[in-house]
Amino acid sequence: MPAQPTGETPPLDGSLPASAGEGAAERGLSLYVHVPYCRVRCGYCDFNTYTAEDLGPGASRDDYRANLARELDLSTRALAEVGAGDREVSTIFFGGGTPTMLAAEVLAGVMDDIRARFRLAPDVEVTTEANPDTLDPSYIATLAGAGFTRISLGMQSAVPHVLATLDRTHDPEKIPDVARWIKEAGLELSLDLIYGTPGESIDDWRRSLEVALSNDVDHISAYSLIVEPGTKMGAMVRRGELPMPDEDDLADKYEIADSAMEAAGLHWYEVSNWSTSDATRCDHNMAYWRNADWWGFGPGAHSHIGGVRFWNAKHPRAWSDRLLAGDSPAVGREVLDDSTREIERIMLAARIDSELSLDSLGSGSQRAISDFVKQGLLEAEPAAKGLFVPTLQGRLLADYMVRILTDYVN
Amino acid sequence: MSPQVNAGALKRISPSATSPELIRNFCIIAHIDHGKSTLADRMLQITGAVEQRDMRAQYLDRMDIERERGITIKSQAVRMPWDTDGTPYALNMIDTPGHVDFSYEVSRSLAACEGALLLVDAAQGIEAQTLANLYLAMENDLAIIPVLNKIDLPAAQPEKYAEELANLIGCEPEDCLRVSGKTGEGVEEVLDRIISDIPAPVGDPEAPARAMIFDSVYDTYRGVVTYVRIIDGSLSPREKVTMMSTGSTHDLLEIGVSSPEPHASKGLGVGEVGYLITGVKDVRQSKVGDTVTAAVKPAEIALDGYREPKPMVFSGLFPIDGSDYPVLRDALDKLKLNDASLAYEPETSTALGFGFRCGFLGLLHLEVLRDRLEREYDLDLISTAPSVIYEVTMEDGSESVVTNPSEYPTGKIKEVREPMVKATILTPSEHIGAVMELCQTRRGKLQGMDYLSSDRVEIRYRLPLAEIVFDFFDQLKSKTKGYASLDYSDDGQDAADLVKVDILLTGDQVDAFSAIVHRDNAYSYGVLMAGKLRKLIPRQQFEVPIQAAIGSRIIARETIRAIRKDVLSKCYGGDISRKRKLLEKQKEGKKRMKMVGSVEVPQEAFIAALSSDEPDSKKDAKK
Repeated sequence: MPAQPTGETPPLDGSLPASAGEGAAERGLSLYVHVPYCRVRCGYCDFNTYTAEDLGPGASRDDYRANLARELDLSTRALAEVGAGDREVSTIFFGGGTPTMLAAEVLAGVMDDIRARFRLAPDVEVTTEANPDTLDPSYIATLAGAGFTRISLGMQSAVPHVLATLDRTHDPEKIPDVARWIKEAGLELSLDLIYGTPGESIDDWRRSLEVALSNDVDHISAYSLIVEPGTKMGAMVRRGELPMPDEDDLADKYEIADSAMEAAGLHWYEVSNWSTSDATRCDHNMAYWRNADWWGFGPGAHSHIGGVRFWNAKHPRAWSDRLLAGDSPAVGREVLDDSTREIERIMLAARIDSELSLDSLGSGSQRAISDFVKQGLLEAEPAAKGLFVPTLQGRLLADYMVRILTDYVN
Repeated sequence: MSPQVNAGALKRISPSATSPELIRNFCIIAHIDHGKSTLADRMLQITGAVEQRDMRAQYLDRMDIERERGITIKSQAVRMPWDTDGTPYALNMIDTPGHVDFSYEVSRSLAACEGALLLVDAAQGIEAQTLANLYLAMENDLAIIPVLNKIDLPAAQPEKYAEELANLIGCEPEDCLRVSGKTGEGVEEVLDRIISDIPAPVGDPEAPARAMIFDSVYDTYRGVVTYVRIIDGSLSPREKVTMMSTGSTHDLLEIGVSSPEPHASKGLGVGEVGYLITGVKDVRQSKVGDTVTAAVKPAEIALDGYREPKPMVFSGLFPIDGSDYPVLRDALDKLKLNDASLAYEPETSTALGFGFRCGFLGLLHLEVLRDRLEREYDLDLISTAPSVIYEVTMEDGSESVVTNPSEYPTGKIKEVREPMVKATILTPSEHIGAVMELCQTRRGKLQGMDYLSSDRVEIRYRLPLAEIVFDFFDQLKSKTKGYASLDYSDDGQDAADLVKVDILLTGDQVDAFSAIVHRDNAYSYGVLMAGKLRKLIPRQQFEVPIQAAIGSRIIARETIRAIRKDVLSKCYGGDISRKRKLLEKQKEGKKRMKMVGSVEVPQEAFIAALSSDEPDSKKDAKK
C-alpha cells in the first residue's frame, strides 16, 4: 500500500484555510466515498482496503455508515465556514475496496445521508465500482432506486489465467449477464480492464477487449498493470518469481486497445479512458482532472478544495477513532501555491482530449509544441488552432511532454 | 635486560653532540598489516620516547586515511634513546612507506639507513612488496635483521617462515627474532640487536655539509618540514642552506629531531637524522632525494640517487556537480603542497565538463588522493579510466607524448611505445596456473620463477604498465583467494600494436570513454563498453546507436531503442499529489543528466561505465 504523501498536519477540527473558498462558486463540487472492504486482496492492488469483517471497536462494517455520516457533518461545516458549501453536487463516486461488499441497502442509506446534507444537481452522476461476483438484478435495482446512475465493473480480463495471476476470483463467463442486468436497470455501464499482467499474451489481451466490447458498454477504462512496491505482486517481481511488465509490450497493447475501441465506436477522452460519447464520459473523473472541488469520505480518502489537498488516516480504525472523538480524520494536507496549481493543471489537462489550450502555456513553450508536432506526438491541426491533442504515440509519452511543458511555468 | 637511558647519559646522545658510534639508523621493511606500526608503537613505549599516557595506537601514522587503511604513505623519523651494556645510543627509526607506488621514497628512506628490520607476519610469510624492498635494502648493503611478528597469534608458524626468511637473506633460521608487537614480547631484544648488528654511520664531520632529504611534509602552521639524514658535515640553526637540485637558498628557521614530537636542537651532526624548517610553503621546493648543503661553504657534488618525481598513471578527475570545479582546484592546490609527485592540469571533456588531468605514481596514489578529495573537501568525483604515458612516432617523423586517449594523434602512425614494468608476484604454488593465465592475457612475458619455500613461489613477469593499472590487482587477488601479492617497477618501453577505440553515441564521440588498447583487445573492449552503455543509458525519444570505432572503422554496435511509453496510466484523485511529486523528482533527475550531443546520459552511467564492475544484472532485470 503506498504511503500517503508528506504534508503539513491539518487542524483537528477539520477547518479549511480561507483561501480554499476563493472562487468556489465557479467550481463544481464532487463527492467521493471510499469503501475499504474486499473479500480478498488482489496481488497487484495497492488501494486502501481490508478483508477482515471486524477491524476493532467502532470500525466494523456495521459501523461504517454511521462514521461516514459523522464525516459528512464535518465536511458541510468546514465547507460552509469558507463559503464553499452552498453548491450543487454534480458527481458522486463510490470506490474501494469493493463498495458492493456492503449491502445495497447500506449504499442506498449512504445516499440518503448525503441528500440530507448536500443539494444534488438534477442530473447528478452517481457511480459505484463493483465486483461482478457481488451483483445480481435485485442489488442493481436497489442501487438504481437510490439514485445511482452508473456502474463501473471490475472485469480486468476475460482470460482465466490472467485473472488468476491478478487474484481475481470472479467468473469471466458471468460478465455478459451482469452487464446486461446493469443496462436493463437503465444504468450506464463502464468496464475496467487491466493489460500487461505477467503471462498475458497479445492474443489474451485481444480476447479481453473483444469480450468487453461485445457488451453494450458505454465506457471503458483500460489501465496498464502497475507493479507497486509493497504489494504481493511487487514482492514476487522483486524475488524474480514474476517478470516486470515490459514497456514495449504495454505500448503494443495500448495501441491494440485504442484501435479496438475506435472500431467499436468508443473514442478516447483521457489517456486511459474511452467512451461512446461526451455524455458517457466519467464526469467524476473529469472533475478530478479539471481540478474541481471534491471531498473524499472514508479511510485514506483524498480531498481537494480550492487548491488545498488533504487526506484521511488510512486505517478504518484510525479513521473511525478520530471521528468518534469528534475530530477530523484528515492527517495531512498541502496548500498549493499558484505555480504548483498551474503545474498540476498542465499535468492533468495534457492527458485529456482537447482540454489544454496552448495559449494558457507559459511563454517560450511554442518551440516545444512545434517539436512535439514534428515528432508526431501532437495532432498538427488542433495545435494550429491552439489546442493540445496528443496523437496515439503522444498519449503514450504524455509524461515526457508534461515534463517539458511544466518547465515554462513561472 | 637493557634499561632505558638515564638522564645523565642522555647528554652523551643529545642532538648535534652525539658521536656517530652512538648512532644507529634503521628502517622497518614490512607489508601492510604485518604490524609495523604496532611494533613501532611498542618501541616508542619501551624506550620511553613516548610517555605511557600520551600513547595512542599507530602513533606515527598521521593521516586518518593512513590509520584507516592500515598503510603508511609518508615516512617520518623518530629518535629513541636505548642503553646497551651501560652505553647510551640514539636510535633513529625511519618509517618507510609500504606500497609499491612509493618505491622511490622507500629507496631514499633506505639510503638514509645502515640497517633494516625485515618484519614479517609469522602467520602469513613474506609478501611481494616486502621482498622487493628487501632486495632494494640488500643492494644498498644494509644490515638486515629478520623479525617474525605476531607470534602471539594461534595461526603463527614461526618455524616455517623463519626458514623462508633464512633462505632469502642467507642466515640461519635461529637468527630470526620472534616478537609480538601487540604484547611487547621480544621487542627489547630487537632494540639490542639493532645496536649490535647495524653499523654506526660513517661520514666526514669536517667536510662541507651534505644532508639527504628522505621526506618532506607540509604543515599548515610551520610550512614544509623537511626530514634529512646528515651524510657529511653538520648543520646548525640560523645558517643559510642551499637545495642542490635547484640552487635555491633558504634560511634555516629551525633544526631539530623528532622524538617523536619535534624538539629544536643546536644542530645536527654527521650521521644524525632530524628535520629542517626553512619557511618554504611547497614540498616541491624541498624534494625527496635532494641534497641540502650549507650556503656559505657548499658541497660541490650532490649525493647520488636524486630523481624528479615522475607520474606513471594519469586519470581525469571531474566534479559531478560542475559548480564544484573551483573547490576541486583549490583542493588540488592544497594537496600539492604535501605531495611532490602529484601533477595536474585543467582538462575539458565534452562529456564530463571541466576537470583536471592528474598524474600519479600509481593506482594507490590515485585512490588515496581521490579519497582525500572526497573526504576532506566533500567532493563527488568521477575519475576516468587510468591511462599511462604513450610515446607516438608518426610516419613523418614527428613525435608526441600521450597521457590522455582523447589527445591520441590522428594520421599515419609509425610506432607507439608504451611503458613496461617488471612485476614480481608471490603466490602459494597452487595458484601458479591462475596467475600465469592472468599475466598471459595481460600481454605478460614470463621472466622466471623461484620457489621461496616448498609451497610459495616468486613469479616474475614483464608486463605493459597499462595492463596492470586497471583491475589487475583485483583480478590477481580474486584468482588466488587473496593470497598473492604484487610488486612492480619501471622497466623501460616497448613498441606495441596499440589503437585508440572511440565510443560514439548517435555518431558523436564521447571523449571520456575513449581508450588506448592493444589491437587484439580492441574488439572486446568495444563490445564490452557498448554493451555496458546500452544497459546504463535510459531510452530516449529516438533510437540511439552506440558504436565502438577505431578511426572510422566501426568494430561494435548496440542500439538503444526509442522509448514508446512514458506515461503513468492511472491518475485518480488520490494519485495527483504523488504524481506531481514524481514529476518533480523526474525533473530533478534530468538536471543530473549530461547532454552528449542530443542524448541525455545520467551521471551514474559514466561512473558505472568507467568502473571495472559489471552493471548490476539484478537491477537491470527489474527495469
